[in-house]
Amino acid sequence: MAKELWKGNEAIAEAAIRAGCDCFFGYPITPQSEVPEYMSVHLPAAGGVFVQSESEIAAVNMVYGAAGAGMRAMTSSSSPGISLKQEGITYLAASELPCVIVNCMRGGPGLGTIQPSQGDYYQATRGGGNGDYRTLVLAPSDIQETVDFVQEAFDIADQYRNPVVILCDGLIGQMMEPIEWRPVPKRDLPPKDWAACGRHGRDHHNIINSLYLDPESCEDLNQRLTAKYAEMSEKETRWSAVNCEDAELIITAYGTPARIALSAIDALRSEGWKVGLFRPITLWPFPEAALREAAGADCVRSILDIEMSSTGQMLDDVRLAVEGRRPIRYLGHAGGVMPTVEEIAEAARAALKGEK
Amino acid sequence: MAVIYEKSKGLTDAELHYCPGCHHGIIHKLVAESLVELGLLDGAIGVCPVGCSVFAYNYFSCDMLEAAHGRAPAVATGVKRTHPDQAVFTYQGDGDLASIGAAEIVHAAMRGEKFTTIFVNNAIYGMTGGQMAPTTLIGQRATTCQSGRTVEQAGMPIRVAELLATLDGCVYAERVCVGDIPNLNKAKRAIKKAFTKQMNREGFTFVEVLSTCPTNWGMTPVKAIQWLKENMVPYYPLGVIKDAEAAERAEVR
Repeated sequence: MAKELWKGNEAIAEAAIRAGCDCFFGYPITPQSEVPEYMSVHLPAAGGVFVQSESEIAAVNMVYGAAGAGMRAMTSSSSPGISLKQEGITYLAASELPCVIVNCMRGGPGLGTIQPSQGDYYQATRGGGNGDYRTLVLAPSDIQETVDFVQEAFDIADQYRNPVVILCDGLIGQMMEPIEWRPVPKRDLPPKDWAACGRHGRDHHNIINSLYLDPESCEDLNQRLTAKYAEMSEKETRWSAVNCEDAELIITAYGTPARIALSAIDALRSEGWKVGLFRPITLWPFPEAALREAAGADCVRSILDIEMSSTGQMLDDVRLAVEGRRPIRYLGHAGGVMPTVEEIAEAARAALKGEK
Repeated sequence: MAVIYEKSKGLTDAELHYCPGCHHGIIHKLVAESLVELGLLDGAIGVCPVGCSVFAYNYFSCDMLEAAHGRAPAVATGVKRTHPDQAVFTYQGDGDLASIGAAEIVHAAMRGEKFTTIFVNNAIYGMTGGQMAPTTLIGQRATTCQSGRTVEQAGMPIRVAELLATLDGCVYAERVCVGDIPNLNKAKRAIKKAFTKQMNREGFTFVEVLSTCPTNWGMTPVKAIQWLKENMVPYYPLGVIKDAEAAERAEVR
């Protein structure tokens, strides 16, 4: 199939429509506004429902209503808007409602900047809302992966009855790249016989709910969710390892910094430095065992984590996976500043030379 | 032997948790009977709030969704937009609808969402133990205004039906109470009319039901009804606040 040039945010919307998204509820915020704009034109034309909500809070609750009534529902936003959606996300997770949530991350904290960032890693992987829950987090590093993941995300969400987050940095939303509309794997999905869509003769009424006042029944919910999260960890964890087989230094990065790191690795390899990239693709579940194994190889001397975050957030997961077996260095930028190829190469050389 | 009265098929057999003298049970019954009599029950989808009626999903026999506090109109928007041929309603109290969910109800009405909201106004937060609501009357005592609500501290109580009636998307708004049989009958007529207009796709429909809260008002059930009539009704007048179809007919004349 011929390649087509697409802007990231529009490609996200088109991918959702191709995946059978029934309805989209959104609110304008830079740098993701092209998603609702595209949806407002093309989703109704495809027979779906588009509503511009009064707030991100309302948008995610519209998703809750539509998903609870059995529809394929989606919303998108960027960091401050995703903060507002956290209430809805914990209710979606607790009520086990499938949906797709896109976050085109911008710099923070607070109003921050509209430039790309990766400062929402904790929020996405730890759950920004209350209570014990997890959302599956897919972190694409180019637009091709983004459209593939958006299409697959609806099936993953339906299979586990769980929200799936597509965590892009704003660069992916804003840039244009050639992509192919290639078929993505389809899953055998269970019927949504739990949906509150009207009884239509059913012998019982369906209830979408997350209230369990009795401690034992609330713990039952928690245990059921925990078992589901364990199954998701076992079956859905994804990562990519490039040039790690003989690497003396492993760079860990996701999203756009991972692409920049690949360019740096090419340059370093041509100078004779043995450097590889370990790229988590699901941020939750984090590929902990795979990274532990890669980092534990005899050839590996050091780890360098790179993120568009000033404090380092995925860094915590890298540390947990590496378990102190290797020294870990950190290179981070925030506020929309991107790491450069030369900067990464310099940090890699320094790590391998043992320089401070 | 003739059956002269039976429980509505719109209600389950679950035991209600409401306090003695609370009007939620009566209002549930009116909503359930209306859905049955209009032939809407089998496809109906309800959305219940956070507050005293949080367990309404156990009482209505149709499919139900429990919403986050105040968000029922947004949840119902997601339901109705994807199920336009089915009866959809929210059932909300005054803390839920008039305070934390003020944005959601105003915008659902503005968009003319074709669902029905049953708004139970008892002028207090019931479930959390009697705190001041936006609808608490001036001078009325609550646990967060123990000497009585003052204008200086909290402003004047909000009249939601009148507020929503200013929006073109809201085609029907009526305020009723269920403190006696004539008013109860009027309340049921209002609820049926709201659902009928919803199914005619006319727009957003709203029925505010003044209700007692004997527990948190600190009154007997009988005294509470009397207090409602003497204090709430003068501030929250009963009757049709807006009936767009009727208004249009009047313009044609």
